[in-house]
Amino acid sequence: MTELYSKTIYELHALLAAGEVTSREITESVLKRIDAVDEKVHAYITVTSDLAREQAQRADERIRSGSAGLLTGIPLAIKDNLCIKGIATTCGSKSLAQFIPPYSATVINALAEQGAVFVGRTNMDEFAMGSSTENSCFGPTRNPWNPALIPGGSSGGSAAAVAADECIAALGTDTGGSIRQPAAFCGLVGLKPTYGRVSRFGLIAFASSLDQVGPMAKDVRDAAMLLNGISGYDRLDSTSANAAVPDYTDLLGKEVAGMRVGIPGEYFTSGLDAGIERAVRESVRVLEGLKMEIREISLPHTEYAVAAYYLVAPAEASSNLARYDGVKYGFRGGEEGGLLDMYTRSRSEGFGVEVKRRIMLGTYALSAGYYDAYYKKASQVRTLVRDDFSSAFRECDVIITPTCPNPPFSLGEKLHDPLSVYLADIFTVPASLAGIPGISVPCGFTEDGLPIGIQILANFFREETLLQVAHAYEQNTTWHNRKPPLAPEKDLISFK
Amino acid sequence: MKIDREQVMRVAQLARLSFSQEELTTFVAQLNTILDYFDTLQRVDTRDILPTSHPVGTDTPFRDDEVAAFADNALLLQNAPSQEKGCIKVPKVIEQ
Repeated sequence: MTELYSKTIYELHALLAAGEVTSREITESVLKRIDAVDEKVHAYITVTSDLAREQAQRADERIRSGSAGLLTGIPLAIKDNLCIKGIATTCGSKSLAQFIPPYSATVINALAEQGAVFVGRTNMDEFAMGSSTENSCFGPTRNPWNPALIPGGSSGGSAAAVAADECIAALGTDTGGSIRQPAAFCGLVGLKPTYGRVSRFGLIAFASSLDQVGPMAKDVRDAAMLLNGISGYDRLDSTSANAAVPDYTDLLGKEVAGMRVGIPGEYFTSGLDAGIERAVRESVRVLEGLKMEIREISLPHTEYAVAAYYLVAPAEASSNLARYDGVKYGFRGGEEGGLLDMYTRSRSEGFGVEVKRRIMLGTYALSAGYYDAYYKKASQVRTLVRDDFSSAFRECDVIITPTCPNPPFSLGEKLHDPLSVYLADIFTVPASLAGIPGISVPCGFTEDGLPIGIQILANFFREETLLQVAHAYEQNTTWHNRKPPLAPEKDLISFK
Repeated sequence: MKIDREQVMRVAQLARLSFSQEELTTFVAQLNTILDYFDTLQRVDTRDILPTSHPVGTDTPFRDDEVAAFADNALLLQNAPSQEKGCIKVPKVIEQ
């Protein structure tokens, strides 16, 4: 018999609805699992057992009274940049290590109202800036498939927690690939919604024109169910889309024959790992076997997307992070020398090196004399990247690409080579710049036994289509059923 | 485009950041590598291309400007690094 912690949302919902288990039992199973393995994985910054037990008890009452929803009683992990009222929300930063939000994010309120259980706050790159979860002031998270490797990032804690069965599903956030890339590296499903689909209110801002909250789950159906729970208009987010939200499980299992799949040549270049290319090409054959129509397409500005992204995102970040001055909340440095010195000390001591690097890049790109050459140019290239997708979606319904060009690297390997880490975001940043939705789904393993993900992209607000195709692919493969062999303790180096 | 040590120090001042000499040396080198890479953008013809600052291009939503009290002032203040009598305390701002 499989442990409760290893089950999916819909399996547990069925058990809860039938009265065969209680949320209390599921929650205890997950908390016990965290106790057993998180010392090795370090997916969590904070485990919120008290909150979880209280929510589980209320969920059980609700289930008994017959008013349960699909997420009622389900233990979820929450990335540590989504505010939960009264619960430390650190963003992986020394500058927010003591921050207790006075309000909750809209997505948190929505999930709480549906009776979800929050088991903990997951580790992340500081302010979501990074692709490895090494840029956390609380130390790195390890990849459950191989603890010597990074789990990806910035939602690496959420990804590792799902992969290691330390939660049933998780929320991540994605600015340039921070849900999709760790989902690929940890062998799970991760979806970045269309910009505006999910409220950003209460999400600690990194780059406001790019940030989106999304589900990270064990399979496609779970991702669809969690997306249902967080989507919709929010008057507290001025960029929230006032558009109807479908039931994202409606198209799961529906025929995909005849749908058109675009394969962009620009994503299959010399930088792509041979094992990943093989796995992705094989996945395309699976879709072909489902009678989908495969077409070569072109996204000609792909090669400029990384440069455009690493100007736009740091520019917005430098502006957003100006608020961390040590006055109203957050870390305050020494006060000697007066207010300006206090600002500078608070920021210099509160931020880690990657955050400072991006603030510097962004400040430079926005400064007088450089604005046209950098920020404006990047924003124009962003238009071209977006237009590439608009043209492509006239010829196809979805686009298939690898999620990442390479498998996960070793901890510490790239700490001094930021550009090489930025360049590896090549397949995820174009969709972020355009604002379209994307999902990463497990599509195989490297020779070293590491998970590989394919990315499926669709046009604005076509998450339903994404999930339909992802589900059809998943149900015709078995990759998502594999679990990481959490190595015995003796093989692991302590990260404390 | 190249950025020298003095420019990096000026940008740091704008960003309210300070660096040790050693950190500065690392940053100058890394920023130059990254900026060199950004120069690839100059190859793209962007004449007559409008910049995109927002992916979905919605209009600004308006609502009535109604005052609403925040329920938890105590929770807000609790996050202030220094406070006195319900106010947030900072070093003296106005020079004598």
